[in-house]
Order: sequence, then C-alpha cells, then structure tokens
Amino acid sequence: MHASTTAHPAEHDTSTGLDNRKLLMWAFLGSDCLFFGSLISTYMIYRGRSLTPPFPGEVFDIPYTSVSAFVLLMSSLTMVLALAALQRDDQRGAKTWIMATALLGSVFVGGQVYEFTTFVHEGLTLSVNLFGTSFFVLTGFHGTHVTIGVIILLSLFIMAWRGKLTSHNSLNLEIAGLYWHFVDIVWIVIFTLVYLLPYPEHIAG
Amino acid sequence: MAVLKRCPIPPLLPLVIILSFLLAGCISDDPMSTFSRDGSAASLELDLFALIWWLMVAVFVVLEGVLLYVVLRYRKRPGQEDVLPVQTHGNTKLEIAWTIAPALVLVALMFPTIQGLGILSEKHGGDAINVKVIGHQWWWEFQYPDYGTNPQGQPLVVTANEMHIPAGKKVNLALESADVIHSFWVPRLAGKTDLIPNHHNTMWIDAKNPGEYYGQCAEFCGTEHGMMKLRVIADTQGEFEAWVSAQKSPQPAATGVAAQGATLFLTKGCIACHTIAGNPAAQGKIGPNLTHVGSRTTVVAGFFENNTENLTKWIQNPDSLKSGNIMGRDAPVYKVPELAMTDEDVKMLVAYMQSLK
Amino acid sequence: MATVTGTMGGVLPRPSIHTTGFWSWVTTVDHKRIGVLYGVTAFTFFLIGGIEALAVRAQLARPEQGMLQPALYNQLFTMHALTMIFLSVMPLGVAFFNIVVPLQIGARDVAFPRLNALSYWLFLFGGILLNAGWLFGGSPDVGWFAYSNLTGTDYSMGAGMNYYVTGLQVLGVASVAGALNFIVTIVNMRAPGMSMMRLPVFTWMTLIVSILLVTAMPVISIALIELTFDRLFGTNFFNPALGGDPILWQHLFWVFGHPEVYILILPAMGIVSEVLPTFARKPLFGYAFVIYSGIVIGFMGWGVWAHHMFITGLGPVANAVFALSTMLIAIPTAVKIFNWIGTLWGGQIEMKTPVYFSIGFVAVFIVGGLSGVSHAATPSDFQQSDTYYIVAHLHYVLFGGAIFGLFSGIYYWFPKVTGRMMGETLGKWHFWLMFIGMNLTFGPMHWLGLNGMPRRIYTYPSGMGWDFWNLVATISSYLIAISMLIFLHNVFRSLRKGPRAGNDPWNARTLEWSIPSPPPVYNFAEIPVVLARDAYWEQKYGSGHENGQAHAATSEHVSEGQYGAAADERHDIHMPWPSYWPLITAFGLFVVFAGLLVNVVFAALGVLILFYGVYGWALEPVAE
Repeated sequence: MHASTTAHPAEHDTSTGLDNRKLLMWAFLGSDCLFFGSLISTYMIYRGRSLTPPFPGEVFDIPYTSVSAFVLLMSSLTMVLALAALQRDDQRGAKTWIMATALLGSVFVGGQVYEFTTFVHEGLTLSVNLFGTSFFVLTGFHGTHVTIGVIILLSLFIMAWRGKLTSHNSLNLEIAGLYWHFVDIVWIVIFTLVYLLPYPEHIAG
Repeated sequence: MAVLKRCPIPPLLPLVIILSFLLAGCISDDPMSTFSRDGSAASLELDLFALIWWLMVAVFVVLEGVLLYVVLRYRKRPGQEDVLPVQTHGNTKLEIAWTIAPALVLVALMFPTIQGLGILSEKHGGDAINVKVIGHQWWWEFQYPDYGTNPQGQPLVVTANEMHIPAGKKVNLALESADVIHSFWVPRLAGKTDLIPNHHNTMWIDAKNPGEYYGQCAEFCGTEHGMMKLRVIADTQGEFEAWVSAQKSPQPAATGVAAQGATLFLTKGCIACHTIAGNPAAQGKIGPNLTHVGSRTTVVAGFFENNTENLTKWIQNPDSLKSGNIMGRDAPVYKVPELAMTDEDVKMLVAYMQSLK
Repeated sequence: MATVTGTMGGVLPRPSIHTTGFWSWVTTVDHKRIGVLYGVTAFTFFLIGGIEALAVRAQLARPEQGMLQPALYNQLFTMHALTMIFLSVMPLGVAFFNIVVPLQIGARDVAFPRLNALSYWLFLFGGILLNAGWLFGGSPDVGWFAYSNLTGTDYSMGAGMNYYVTGLQVLGVASVAGALNFIVTIVNMRAPGMSMMRLPVFTWMTLIVSILLVTAMPVISIALIELTFDRLFGTNFFNPALGGDPILWQHLFWVFGHPEVYILILPAMGIVSEVLPTFARKPLFGYAFVIYSGIVIGFMGWGVWAHHMFITGLGPVANAVFALSTMLIAIPTAVKIFNWIGTLWGGQIEMKTPVYFSIGFVAVFIVGGLSGVSHAATPSDFQQSDTYYIVAHLHYVLFGGAIFGLFSGIYYWFPKVTGRMMGETLGKWHFWLMFIGMNLTFGPMHWLGLNGMPRRIYTYPSGMGWDFWNLVATISSYLIAISMLIFLHNVFRSLRKGPRAGNDPWNARTLEWSIPSPPPVYNFAEIPVVLARDAYWEQKYGSGHENGQAHAATSEHVSEGQYGAAADERHDIHMPWPSYWPLITAFGLFVVFAGLLVNVVFAALGVLILFYGVYGWALEPVAE
C-alpha cells in the first residue's frame, strides 16, 4: 500500500498537484454517496409504509443507539488526532490513536450486532415486514462499511507497529481518514432519518 | 468497388424508407393501428404525433440534405494535397443561434403536450360508465361495478378478455393487477396505462362508433405476454343494455351432455380456479370467470376464436395452444394420472362451456 | 492469512516480464494490452448478442411461427439486450478509453494499472456469470429492465434472475473501478501544457462517461442488492403483499438507466468528433460547444429518467415536467450534430472507411434523435411506449449511433494498435452492407410500432398488418450479419497482410499519432509538452496554419516520430510490473457472487480469496 502505483515515480508529479490515490478516494466517496443515497431513498420511500408489526417505535432504543452514535463520532476525533500525530512524526501517539479509532469503530459494530440480535428476538427480522427489510439492509451496509474501515485501520496499525508508517507516507492514513469520516457522516444522516425523525402516529407503536 | 469509391453516402435512403411508411400510414386501417380516430383519446394522441412528425420530417430533410451536400461538395479533390482548407474553429453567433432555434421549437411543443395531458387525465362523471380492469398472467378480467353486486359484494357483471362498452359514451377504467405489471392498450381507442400491484391507476376510453377493437397487454409480464390479447366490443346503447341484462341473468340449468360436463367441472377440480355465477361450488378466483363464457367470441386471452375445435384443444392440452399457460402448469387434471380426462370427458366439458351463454 | 515470502514483500513471486505468450496477457497491466483484451472480449460478446438477435428475428419472420417456444424466446431477447448493452457497447467504449486516452493525454499508462487489469477481469467474470444460465438452469427471461415484481421468486422461479442480479453486480464493480481510474488519469496525468480545454474531445467524453458511471452504477447496484436480498434472503423490497412497491425498482432502474444511455452513446460521439476533423483536415467546429453540450447532456441525463415511465400513472404534473426535461435534453444533442456538419463544411474530406462510419453515424443518429422527440411528448408516447416504434428508436440510437461510432473508431485506431492498415475496399463493403441492412431492419420497425405491434411478444397472428415488414426486417438483419463476417475477414486479413501504418497514416491531430504504431510499452520516450489544442497537428503545421498553407517541411520532420525515437535505448523508464493480483482478486469476487447461488460456503471461500488478493496486492511493490 505504501508505494505509489503510478507510472510517475514522484508523488506530486500530477496535473493538479493532488495525489492520484487521494483523488481516487474522493471520486470513490462520490460514488459511495450515490450508493448510500439510493439505500436511504429506499428507506425513506418505505418509511411508514410497513403493514405489519413490529413497528419502529416498538423496537427502537434511542438512548442506546445515541450512545453508539456518539462512540462513532468520537472515533472521527481520534482519527484526526492520529493523523496529526503521524504528521509530526509522533509514532507513539499515532499508534495509540489509530488503535483507539479502530477500537471505537469495533465498539460501534459490536453495538450494532447486539442491537440487531435484540431486534430479532423482538420479532423484527429481515423478512418479517417492509420495515425490517429496509432497516436491516440500510444499517447493515453501513455496518459493513465501518467493518471494512476497522480492517483498514488495523492494517495501518500493523504498518505503524513495524515502523513502516511515518510522516513521509502519512498519506495512507490521510486517505483512510477520508473514508472513515465519510462513513461517520453517513451514520449521522442515517441516525437522524431512521431513529430520530418521528414516525407517523399509527405506526409509532 | 470503383462504384463504391465514387458513390457518396446517401442519407436519402432512410428518408425514402420513412416517407414510404408515412404514405402507408395515412391509409392504415389495420386492427391495431395508432392512426385511427375511433376513440377521442387516440385521436388527440394522433394529432400531437402528426404535428411532431411533420415538424421532424422538415428537420430531417434539411439536416440530411445539408449533410449530403457537404459530403458531395467538400470531398478531397486532386491537387489539394499541399493546401489546407481554411481552419475555422467555430462561429459563436451561429452556434448560439442553432442552440436557441431547437429550444424554441421544443418548448413550443410543450403547449399541446400539457394540454393533452390535462384532457387525458380527466375523470368523467354524468352518464359515463365504470369498468374495473384487472390484469392476470395472462388474461384480462373486467368487472362492471355499476350493475349490482351479489351478497359477497362481487359485481354481477364480470367477464374476461372481452370488454363490452356502449359506443359514444366515456368509460372510466380503474386499472389493477392481480399479480405482476401489465399494461392496458387498445390502440384504436387510446394509448396505454400500466396495471401495477398496490397502485390504483385510471384512464378513460370511448369508441365513437360501434365495432370491435383489438387490444393487447403492452408491458412484458412473463412467459405468455405475447398472447395476452383483449377486445373491446362497442355496442349501441340498446345492444349494450341487452348484453348487461343477459350477463346478470342466471344460468339456465345444464341439460344432457352439458349437465355431465357440469359434474366433471366439479370433480376434475376446475372449480378451484374458475367462478360460474349460479354454481355455488365454483368460486375460484385464479382463472377467468366463466359465467357466460359461451357468449364470448374468443378463448385463450383473445388469441383464438371461440369454437368447438379450439375449446377442445384448449381443455385437452392447454400447452398446445399456449405453451406457458398457468392452467396447463398447475391444474391437477394435467398432472395427476388418476384425474386425466378422456376424450369423452373433454367433449362433455366443451358442451358445458358452450351452454353457458 | 497472507504469509510474506520473498525479498520484495510480495506473497507470490513476481511474474517475470514477458512480452509474448499467454501469461504475458494474463498478468499484463499495460493499458494498451488491457484495451485489446477488452476489445476482443467485447466483440466476442457482440457476436453472441448478434446471434441471439438473429434467432429472435427468425422467430418473428412470419406470423404464428413455432420455431422458438416463448420460454426460450424471452431468454433470447433479454440476453440480447443485456449482452449488447453491458457486454458489448459499454466495454467496447472502455476498450477505446484504455487504448486511446493515455496516448491522447501524453501519459505512459493509466493512474492505476493494476486496478485497470482488475476492471478487465471483473468484466470478463461478470460476463461469464451473466451468461452462465445458458448452461446451468436457464438465462434471465424478464427483459433487461427486469421490472419487479415479475422478478421475484413467485414469478421467476428459475435460476435466470439469479444470474442477472449477480452478473450485473460484478459488471457494475468492474465499470466503477474502471471509471474511477479514468477520472484520476484524465484529471491528474495530462502532459505538461494540456489544460482541460486542450483535451482531445474523445478524452473529454471519456471523462464525462466515467463520471456518469461512477455516479449511476451505485444506483443500479442498490436496486440489484435489494432484488438479490428479495430472492435469496426473503426480504420484501418488491413484495406487494407486504407493502412493497414495484415502481421503486423502475425509479432506481431508470435513474441509472438514462445516464446509462449516455454512457453508451458519448464514447461514440467522442470518436466521431476525432474522426471528422482528421479526415476533413479542419479543427472541430465549435470545440467548446461540443464539450459543453457533452457536459450538459451528462447533467441533464439525470433529470429525464421518468420518461421511461410515462405509462405507469405518474400523474399529469410529473409527466409534464419530465416531458419538458426530455425535450430540453434534445438541444445539446442537436448542437453536436450541427457542429459535426459545421466541421465537414469547407473541409477536404478524405473518404476513407473511418469517415464513412462517422458520417453514417451522423446520418442515422439524426433519425434516432428526431423519433425521440415524438415520445418526449407524453400523450404521443402513450401510443408508442412499449411498441416496436421504441425498438426502432433505440436501435437507431444504439446501433446506428453507438455501433457505427465504435466501428469508425476501430477502423481509425486499428493501425495505431496493430501497426497495420485495414483493407479499404472490404471496409467500404462492410459499411454499405451494414448501413443498408441497418436501415432496412430497424426502419420498418417504426411502422410496425405505429401500426400497433407491441415489444417483447414472441409471436403475432396474421391479419394485423405486421407480416410484410417483419419479414423485411428479418431478411435485412441477416444482411447485417453478412457485413460482420466481412469485417472479421478484413480484421484477420489486415493483421497478416495489411500495409504497414507508420506513425501517422491519417495525418491526424492528436498525440497518439506522434509515436510509433504499435506504440512502445512506455508510449512516450519523452513526455510531450503541449502548446495547443490538437497538439500533434500544431507540431506538424505550427501556429502559422491559419492562413491555409501547409508546412510540408515541418510535417515531414515530425512524422518521423520524435517521441518514439530510440525506442530500444530507453532503459531509464520505469514501467509498472505485471501482476497476478488483479486476476486473483477478481476471481475472489466472482466466487463470492457465484457462490451465493450455490452455497454460502463457496461465497465464504470467495471472501477468503478476495482478501488474499487484496492483501497480496497491497503488499506487492509496484516496481522492482
């Protein structure tokens, strides 16, 4: 991951001065916007149109999910701290904050697994109704994104552990950070639209 | 190939082809022609199409003509090797002009478009009649809610694949689907609208004159989509009223061979899918309502004439007429050897069907 | 999971650099070779899709024919569309992106050569998966648009739809990966001096298409994911019984589907915009207008999707809005046609095969564009929607448009890729047969549609007035088939016997013609410095060309190929090494999706292979 993949050896030898991989990540995130945009649109179109219980109000535990949303938000902060540490060549700090970010991400994913399990016990499954279908697929794909992010962070941690992640190639962490912040922002949108926005009376539960 | 080398591209070829269609178009009186003015909606749609068509023919002739001229006039000639043509890079005024010109034409087309949309989405009251159209794989069900219901709330007048309407009256259609998406289309009367599960679409049709108008499902709906046809039969007001009262009247008790067929209709499992009003056991909803099937002009979703030969083939082996049909696929009578019908059985059933006038 | 062996940190030993042989193609990361792989694979699929079309036409030749049963007929027309759109026209465009774009912008490769290889392998595996139904359990048979809820397990019980959802998903990943690569390449790897407004038009169209791919593909991915979950895991996205809405699929599909139309046509428009100036010996008329209209088409392509859904009962207001937006999108298209004619006006058109196809494109595309206006007007479309009139329209745009443009590109760049010229006489035979065959096949369909013939019917009764023109269309479709045989003969003959092309056989305008044919691995021995639009023309004729005088001396000097000089002495250029990892990674993803259809264990195995591929990739140094 650390070697430039361009035919041009020098990193800044590009028409825009922006590194190729950074531009790739930006373009990919643009694509991912449409990915989540379509998933969220599906959820919003079906919001309140589920015919059979359980309904959202019967299963949601807003305080619990708020805490796990807060955990994910904090991981963005630790990500910023990790990059700042790496850029000033504070290896120890970088390792700590990378690991902290990965752990916070894992806590979020773990929380989601627990939440899903609880919901299934309460009768909300993937196939029971339209709400279960659209809820699990939307939040599940977000959880998958976080999981991939955690794997990337752990890989970077191993690189840092071996001393192969330094201020010279901090771009690796910066790009991972772009992805991580994006996934975070998407959760803010999902959390607001799925959990916080009130549901129509008759299905609030 | 010397000929080819001298011959320029003739964009005239498509021109000739298309103009020849145009000439044919003016005289097309085929059963599914969209050039018909038999229905008010079709007439409105044809007017808009004709307007666009002539406009586009004019643009086509000019553009292809210029292209042909350019290709003939500006081909490379001997002696031009050492001289480059004038290197024009563009002409802003010209380009702005030819951006605005099509814009004006296209925006102008919006006026009849919006006007037409308004007329086509009207709901008709007064003496308009209502028909509920239900699409099934692969046949049509027509319910007439205006003429009374039975104790179960089902309309008394229900038919399949043939819709009778009174000529000269507006008919409001409520479009629904029992399974997948279909599209109701009778080109001589009106353009099409989809029948979609969980949606309640509407459209209206009318027939200016009595007659038989062919239609067909226009949205791909599975294996036998190609055979999902229908007919709209526009009657005079008197004929229509007579038809309605005949449909409402109970079936006379079957006699002779037909009565044996009526028994088979129960024992062979036909009642699982078909309704025959007046026969309390026959309440199935999966296949067409057969209450007055003997009075219909076609069988098998409008594809075949309703006669003894076709009915026999259809009941004996549905796949021989329509290979993907659901009766042949699911009905136990074609699956379970013990239930299989003899030729004699088929004859009795045909007789029963034909007795249901 | 991936144990590190070898000194270079890679998991497998590096493939050695071979310039010939099977493994050199399997491990290649050279954009030109990947382009050739794309082209050959896509053309093979094009022939398969063509055979499917010929079978469909044979069945429709006469009324009430029993040659094909409906179950098979429905698979054939569905696979014809899927094959032509996703496995032929799109990847043929990508083949040109690969071969031409780095050369036009003066780059030595794309930004991510291994990602580029990954795109190709994913495309190949996706194509195989989509076609797997011919051997295992039946192909998709619900049309390429696959309207729900016909696609659910209640109504599509066979395996066909499973190949549809997984095959298209893999192809989608391939497209997005490829498009991301080209966005970065075009934005970041232009030669010094090549500003955006000096980019060749084909490269510009590649950029617009790539942006459309990156944004439109995720939408269809979501639709496919939802349908996959419905079919395999019992979700209810498109299940009306629990409140699911079949129209949601149509919205998602066409929000992708309409940009997709421009994904198919813009590469051909880019090719025509290169070919016409070259053979008219004039610059493109109104370069900026052509670029801007391309951008406008790219944007507006997002605002017209519901014109595919006029008959679904959207209501008069929505119908009017989408009618208006559809009318408006015709404007930038018209502008392009005017500009192409303006380019030819006053030129010295050299009538070689590429320009035949380009002029043929313009002539036929006009018809497709004009018939489009008649179904932009919603009430008129109520009659035309889902009839053969639409079939005629879309083939005038996609066959008369995209395919003519792509053939123009094949004749134009074949000498650059192979070093040999294609036969002119055979080329013109090919053109005329295809042009006449095309117009006689699809022209009559306008009439059939207006005379009431619906699409996607496997047979029709006699007496509807459809018999004669269906027969004409069928016979003419075989004329197109003959023209393809002539083309294939021309290709194989030219590969062996075609005259040597030299650097610049067409006296062309862009940088790819400044280097030898075929180009060396590194393309440019020295990265060129670009001083003007039409960079190579500028080098040949200098800035004094406005007065209409050819600078023969300059031309001669440059056509020796200053950038390709001393090819064998360039040991100082570091090119990316070949790699196994793109193939392994692509194979992993293929196993994930194919495994889903067989057994979750296989899918899990696929995930392992995928991870193995990604890790090996990440740990592989780029150059040794």
